[in-house]
Amino acid sequence: MDLAFFGVQLLNGLQYGLLLFLIASGLTLIFGIMGIINLAHGAMYMIGAYLVYDLTLRLGNFWVAILVAVPIAIALGLIIERLFLDTLYKRDHLYQVLLTFGLILVLNEAQRIIWGGDVHSVPVPAPFDASLQLTDNLQYSVYRLFVMGVCLALAAAIYWVIRHTRLGIIIRAGAVNRDMVEGLGINVRTLFTLIFSAGVALTAFAGMIAAPLSSVAPGMGDSILITCFVVVVIGGIGSIKGAFWGAILIGMAETFGSVLIPSLASMVIYLIMAAVLLVKPRGLFA
Amino acid sequence: MTNKLKQKLLASLFGAGIAISGTANANNEDPIKLGLMLPYSGTYTALGEAITNGLKLAIKEQGGQLGGREIEYVQLDSEANPSKAPQNMSRLVKGDNVDFVIGPVHSGVAMGMLRVAKQTGALTIIPNAGLEAATNQLCMPNVFRTSFSMWQDSYPMGKVAYDQGHRKVVTITWDYAGGKEDVAGFEEAFTEAGGEVTKRILVPFPSTEFQSYLTQIASLKPDAVYTFFAGGGGVDFVRDYSAAGLKESIPLLGSGFLTEGNLQALGEAGEGVMTTLHYADTLESEANRNFVSAYQEAYGELPDTYAVQGYDTGMMLAQALYAVKGDTENREALIEALSNVHLNSPRGPMTFSESHHPIQNVYLREIRDGKHEVVDVAYEQLEVPDDACKM
Repeated sequence: MDLAFFGVQLLNGLQYGLLLFLIASGLTLIFGIMGIINLAHGAMYMIGAYLVYDLTLRLGNFWVAILVAVPIAIALGLIIERLFLDTLYKRDHLYQVLLTFGLILVLNEAQRIIWGGDVHSVPVPAPFDASLQLTDNLQYSVYRLFVMGVCLALAAAIYWVIRHTRLGIIIRAGAVNRDMVEGLGINVRTLFTLIFSAGVALTAFAGMIAAPLSSVAPGMGDSILITCFVVVVIGGIGSIKGAFWGAILIGMAETFGSVLIPSLASMVIYLIMAAVLLVKPRGLFA
Repeated sequence: MTNKLKQKLLASLFGAGIAISGTANANNEDPIKLGLMLPYSGTYTALGEAITNGLKLAIKEQGGQLGGREIEYVQLDSEANPSKAPQNMSRLVKGDNVDFVIGPVHSGVAMGMLRVAKQTGALTIIPNAGLEAATNQLCMPNVFRTSFSMWQDSYPMGKVAYDQGHRKVVTITWDYAGGKEDVAGFEEAFTEAGGEVTKRILVPFPSTEFQSYLTQIASLKPDAVYTFFAGGGGVDFVRDYSAAGLKESIPLLGSGFLTEGNLQALGEAGEGVMTTLHYADTLESEANRNFVSAYQEAYGELPDTYAVQGYDTGMMLAQALYAVKGDTENREALIEALSNVHLNSPRGPMTFSESHHPIQNVYLREIRDGKHEVVDVAYEQLEVPDDACKM
């Protein structure tokens, strides 16, 4: 393995990890603060990708499509939280798991009814539809660099909100002890609505910006969901910082694992999770 | 391959299709029940629907009857879920008492179905699943296949790759039975011809995170890459391969499933990709032109290979049931009639081997201007190895 090869793989791992972070951040917020295991998180990632595919076709511009799709995603989160989750907070966790599992089925079926079973793609938008020459025969899409930039900017923004705003203090406190926050007179119901909508918007947004990188296909969110749960568990439930470093770790592990130890490629992230949990049973940053 | 001439003659004799009328057998007056066990939800929905459309089109062209008997469809969503396969199959065979089971799409589901087919002796026609075992190791007189095997579609590409001047090739596929059987077919023919497979890359199924593998391929610098991915994974791989700038320096070869049904999603990235498959919608034959226009008229879209497989399943039933005059009681005669079917299919002449697998042409196709153009017949009337099957 020469240096250039190593460098490119580092870039690959970083890009994959950053995208994972964007999806996992919403998952960890919802999980950590609301205590809800949102199994439909992957399906919402898929809905984001389909929304931007559809709107790009209709409106003729990827950027405009994103501007329209993000409010739709927020609204989707709002509706699901107010209409369904809100009635289940007092019940056992199992009911919430059942509900979000049901949402997977509903969202997948809705996708099939609206967009059908075909595989689609979204063209890489201008001005990022160019490539950089990395080595003598390998190019790197400028759009991938752009996605990395967006993910980093969002990570910084989320970090700032959580560290330096009043809302952030409430969120952090909520992740540690929800009952106490409620006891101090904070309106938890509003907080939950906000967190859930933001979480759905984050994962749907990840689906949107990832759409030009990959295909838009039925079931595309299912496999990414598992990886994101691994990220959340490694990082520590409810910790944004944990989700960030967990995602980078998993991104690097999958990238290098698949090339260096191909026989263990499908296992490597679970091995890391097991190792982390042995040393830190509550995750790296909990 | 010895009686190719005879086959062609027979195929053209049957070319005009089957006469619509047939006399009903006195003991067999009820409608024939066709049990469709196909995915109507999930990743393979489009395939299940195309097969169903093709099948129904064929039967509609026969006046809605087979061997003079009315047809009743029992449609069951297999969900492409292997764990539900035995139970679903039993429901069709024992619960609904169907005369034929048509399915599945997914090879994992096929394993479960065939177990029940073995126990019950249910007449089963596989319109897609390409696992080798179905018509080799498992070997049942009551099981037919109208599609392909992974090996059959990839083997011809080995010779093609060598003839194009490639000597060192990297293969890449998902780490599951279908992918490995496909790539093995290519590797067999390519090494037979004198080429060398420098590396076989196996990607965990169903991951579509290909960047690290593409970086690896770039550093290995092979003459060409052979790949099997399908559905969304096929689109991802070809687009990533193209975006990495590899398509210009390292030609991309693949099984037809890489690009089948994916042309629109591939767009510019697909141009120049070469694949081998038993069908292309651009085939210049009367049978294909008629089929394409009839399908477009009925469903408002172009047929793909899955639609053809469904259509040929219908034509196979039509021919066999005509031969036995609609008598489904005499199983031996019916099986005999099914194995003697000669189709002048949209895909070309098609007969069945001893193991009930299609003997058919495999075409070399290249994507030009967003279409699968047929470059050549990569292998004429290819028969698959079925040494493990003694009927």
